[in-house]
Amino acid sequence: MITLPLDIQLLFAGILFMLGLVGVLVRRNIFFILMSIEIMLNSAGLVFIIASAYWKQPEGQAMFIFILAVAAAEVSIGLALILRVYHHYRTLDVEAINKLKDKE
Amino acid sequence: MNGFFYIAAGVAIISTIFVITGKNAIHALLYLIVSFLSISVIFYLLDAPFIAALEVIIYAGAILVLFIFVTMMLNIVIEKKKEKKWLKPRMWVIPVILAVTLFVDLVFAVKSVPSHTIEKGIVLPKELGIAIFTRYLPAVEITAILLLIGVIGAYHLGSQKKKVFHRFLEKK
Repeated sequence: MITLPLDIQLLFAGILFMLGLVGVLVRRNIFFILMSIEIMLNSAGLVFIIASAYWKQPEGQAMFIFILAVAAAEVSIGLALILRVYHHYRTLDVEAINKLKDKE
Repeated sequence: MNGFFYIAAGVAIISTIFVITGKNAIHALLYLIVSFLSISVIFYLLDAPFIAALEVIIYAGAILVLFIFVTMMLNIVIEKKKEKKWLKPRMWVIPVILAVTLFVDLVFAVKSVPSHTIEKGIVLPKELGIAIFTRYLPAVEITAILLLIGVIGAYHLGSQKKKVFHRFLEKK
């Protein structure tokens, strides 16, 4: 439907990916880190859709559906882990959960 | 039609910036929904109407609602105060420099190939279904197993231990 150069669309997806990357690096709240990971996954899917529109093949869209399933599974596990961490430590700070050993 | 792309892209980028800089989790989630909806507009403009519908239904509908449920279970007021303490301006410097460096790298990589224009050529949901359920059928089955693992893992992690005492008698 649109007639734009390929590089502008790829750069838009790149900007979204970089915003997600900055979010992962900067935030200390584990909840916001999970949200930034969602942004990054979504921008990766956007690249697949752009490639699918460019080559006029359905493969990119099929790959997006798989990314969607991976994101759904990842979010359900991640949110369950966040709830567990919050009940145990009463905080969402990632630096509070850097100890693997159990508290004695 | 190209103007719609720029509008949707601008809305997506601005709302994503609000997501990663926001302090209130609920507000950040609502901005994330705006971002996903505008990306869905872009999918529609890229001749993928089925994927646009999936983005609205699954991402903005299911995954973000899951996030909002979990936000309701956590204590947002305390976390909001801690967010202000954690988010100092100087913490942003190095990650932003790194990301901008990577982005400049990406710009050079994209610009080094000759630019082409995407032309009209719609991929119908029928072709997508044929591709998924014939050529990529093993991948679909593996994805089904992955979703099953997600269900079992979330159930296992989310299940509470059985309480022996009444909750008023429990030691804090």
